Amino acid sequence: MTEHPMITIEGARKVFDVSSPWLERVLSGQPPQYLVAVDNVSLTIGKGKTFALVGESGSGKSTVARMVTGLLPATQGRFEIDGHNLDTKHGYPRALRRRMQMIFQDPYASLDPRWRVGDIIAEPMRAFDLVPSRHEEQLRVGQLLKMVGLDPADAVKFPHQFSGGQRQRIAIARALASDADVLVCDEPTSALDVSVQAQILNLMKRLQKELGLTLLFISHNLAVVRFMADVVGVMYLGRLVETADVETLFSAPRHPYTKMLLDAVPDLAMTGRKRQPVQGEIPNPINPPSGCTFHPRCPLAQDLCKRELPRLKNGVACHLADQPVA
Amino acid sequence: MAQEKTSGQANRVQESLWSRLRNHDLTYQFLRSPITVAAAVICLVLILSAICAPWLATMNPFDPKQVLLMDANIPPVWIEGGDPRFVFGTDDQGRDLYSAILYGLRVSLAIGAGGVALAAAIGITLGLMAGYFGGRTDAIIMRIADVQLTFPAILIALLVNGIVQALAKGSSRETWAFGVLILSIGLSFWVQYARTIRGSTMIEKNKDYIHAAKLVGQPTVLIMLRHLLPNVIGPTLVILTINMGLAIITEATLSFLGVGLPPTQPSLGTLISIGNKYLFSGDWWIVTFPGVTLAVFVLSINLIGDWLRDALNPRLQ
Amino acid sequence: MSVPVLDIRNLHVDFKTRHGVLHALNGISFSIARGEVLGVVGESGAGKSLTGSAIIGLLEPPGHITGGEIYLNGARIDGLDFESMRHIRGKKIGTIFQDPLTSLDPLFRVGEQLIETIRTHLPLDEKQARARAISLLADVGIPAPEKRIDAYPHEFSGGMRQRVVIALALAAEPDLVIADEPTTALDVSVQAQIIEVLKKLCRERGTAVMLITHDMGVIAETADRVAVMYAGRVAEIGPVRSVVKHPQHPYAQGLMGSIPPLDQRPSQLQQIEGSMPRLSAIPKGCAFHPRCPLVIDACHQTQPELRASGESFAACIRAGEAA
Repeated sequence: MTEHPMITIEGARKVFDVSSPWLERVLSGQPPQYLVAVDNVSLTIGKGKTFALVGESGSGKSTVARMVTGLLPATQGRFEIDGHNLDTKHGYPRALRRRMQMIFQDPYASLDPRWRVGDIIAEPMRAFDLVPSRHEEQLRVGQLLKMVGLDPADAVKFPHQFSGGQRQRIAIARALASDADVLVCDEPTSALDVSVQAQILNLMKRLQKELGLTLLFISHNLAVVRFMADVVGVMYLGRLVETADVETLFSAPRHPYTKMLLDAVPDLAMTGRKRQPVQGEIPNPINPPSGCTFHPRCPLAQDLCKRELPRLKNGVACHLADQPVA
Repeated sequence: MAQEKTSGQANRVQESLWSRLRNHDLTYQFLRSPITVAAAVICLVLILSAICAPWLATMNPFDPKQVLLMDANIPPVWIEGGDPRFVFGTDDQGRDLYSAILYGLRVSLAIGAGGVALAAAIGITLGLMAGYFGGRTDAIIMRIADVQLTFPAILIALLVNGIVQALAKGSSRETWAFGVLILSIGLSFWVQYARTIRGSTMIEKNKDYIHAAKLVGQPTVLIMLRHLLPNVIGPTLVILTINMGLAIITEATLSFLGVGLPPTQPSLGTLISIGNKYLFSGDWWIVTFPGVTLAVFVLSINLIGDWLRDALNPRLQ
Repeated sequence: MSVPVLDIRNLHVDFKTRHGVLHALNGISFSIARGEVLGVVGESGAGKSLTGSAIIGLLEPPGHITGGEIYLNGARIDGLDFESMRHIRGKKIGTIFQDPLTSLDPLFRVGEQLIETIRTHLPLDEKQARARAISLLADVGIPAPEKRIDAYPHEFSGGMRQRVVIALALAAEPDLVIADEPTTALDVSVQAQIIEVLKKLCRERGTAVMLITHDMGVIAETADRVAVMYAGRVAEIGPVRSVVKHPQHPYAQGLMGSIPPLDQRPSQLQQIEGSMPRLSAIPKGCAFHPRCPLVIDACHQTQPELRASGESFAACIRAGEAA
């Protein structure tokens, strides 16, 4: 059975130059400033599985998604799909590009408002020369629309005639139009109402099973992650602080940040559970704290934590892993 | 069978372009603004008259065979000394003013439209490039634009005129005057388009539908032309309408100064220029009628442009 | 029983557009008692923000109130002129909006904005107002408030800014605070902090709170009672525990079921078919009937009234029957 994983990311790193414009810097004597958005992130995703990257703002999870799809060139790191190397700096070869598509967060910005829905879905097919004739193309567009729960007759309409949830369905249809087998989903339901979110998540899970899709799922919503993921990676300020399979992460979280994140989720089941309130806020990523970047907010912080950055070991990046939170 | 049913449904569901236009919010707003409707009607009448000049005019004022010097400086028909053949009187060469205005309007409109089209073409292309590529491309284009702004249209026209005159010595002015004017206007007015398009492009290019097109491997030119352009071109319409008025006035000014069209192909500006000389000798009609026509047209098109700018502005209905 | 701080009776809000009249709010009724937190929850287009706007008299035209009454501490406030409403806003009703970036004027120091509000509504001099502002900032949990009071909004992080907005809302000691999606733009860990602050302060001062949000979790943590809105109507209203754990209205049931649970992993989420109707196409009778698993003929005819069911009130003739 040992085949290579569908997606491999090794040592991904992205640094943005956020220095002031050159003249201003020279005149005021400021040093150049860099933002490390992603630092040494490595993960693998098995075929047909869902890997969820979860974190708050500034965690770098969206940046990882954009690097893997080639939208953003990586500063460093190796990316592979199905064993083939991906060169994020020079563009992907067509055959690989066809296999990986993305679903974006904002359903109001991810479809060209001037294009008809049928053309939007057909664009990947045309770009990859997948259909020999206009007629074939129309058939396939109709099939895809049906697959995502819409009517083939909707192909002539424009995006503004649809609701947010329906637009996201169109986005899914478009992503599948090139017969992609890897979908990178960047907060696909964050902008949707909760009942619409349920429809879309159910749809995605069903399609994944039917088509054998591999999913990289980005989200800040832990409950959604629990529903969708097989493996979860928790990111904080550009680093992976914990990875585990989903059941383990939720029943026995090890990193203090993971524990606090789980604690902070509002208690809908009304268990009245006691909570350790999270201290402080996410620090400025341009000037992160020394050592373990979580130490200013961590109840277990010790001197070692302020000096040395913990490496990801056995799925958790903490010097004091497995210690109970006070 | 199934696919026939689908396409049949599709035809029924698909709104035709005409019905979309009819039901559009803009159409509704347009019809509710009487001033704009009036302005649009006036514009339309003038434009149609200009196009149909050969049929509406009583004579061809550019044809030397039809013009008799004896008929010069005849006043309008309702004034003593007038001639029913020439309703608005004649100019200093004996050309019927009514016909001359029609043909002159034609020339003015052609140059105005041509110049504005050229300006839009240059401006939109450079604006798209500056906005999409950013970085050095953006910096270079914007610096050129800044330099461009320091030269008023008149100066550029004089420059171009001088160069072309030197290069084309021998051939008569008539052949290249037209082109020179269009070129001058085009080179003067492109900056506004470039700046507007650049701003909108910078915003649109970060939207996810552009990313989706990149993910599918669409070439840059296709992304710019088929995705970005339709979405950023809206405000350009406003600039286009207002520029038309400005272009026509610019051409009139240039002709007035003598750097524009030759006297044998008078535009409204030329007529005004000629008429100006006779104003103090009492032959007021030569300058007044072309002047009023020019003013009315420019006013109308400016009103339309104004309305368009407000209507396209997103606000609560 | 004392007079409720806010009492809305049968509120109707219409929008006149060129496509016809849209009934955005259709008979909204609820009340909030002193010191109580009422959650108003619903999905986009349900009309929850609109209700808030109607109360403070800031309905965007062409929307206007076409029926019903709004009472603040027993006195009627709908239909008041602009000047009277202006005095009520800030003094009697404080507001917290979603985006702390746009709620605060970026050109003025935080202290200046607080003091301006305080002195507009309370008879204090500059020194007293400043002292009060500092103590307010301390109450909302801003560290070193005597220094931070002179900072500009952009010098605060998102969560801190929202705390300042809460301080601003409470500055003139209002009887009612309307909070419209106060935590939606914040990270989850900061959300929890803000909810705590809001709860604590309002409890201490006995301020009534109308908490508008689409996030049921925030409601469960913060509210005493909750009103679930759908298509401009109240579908269910009752104590938060009852509505969350034992919803009576089929829509509320569907809503609660579609929220993915944090403590387990079902194979599919419960989903409500279709989507909320557009204002221009609200069905006759019960607005939810096209999507309702319990629909019967009577549902197509009349809009149901709120009736007691379980421990809450539900606008459904079959309320309480399990789907």
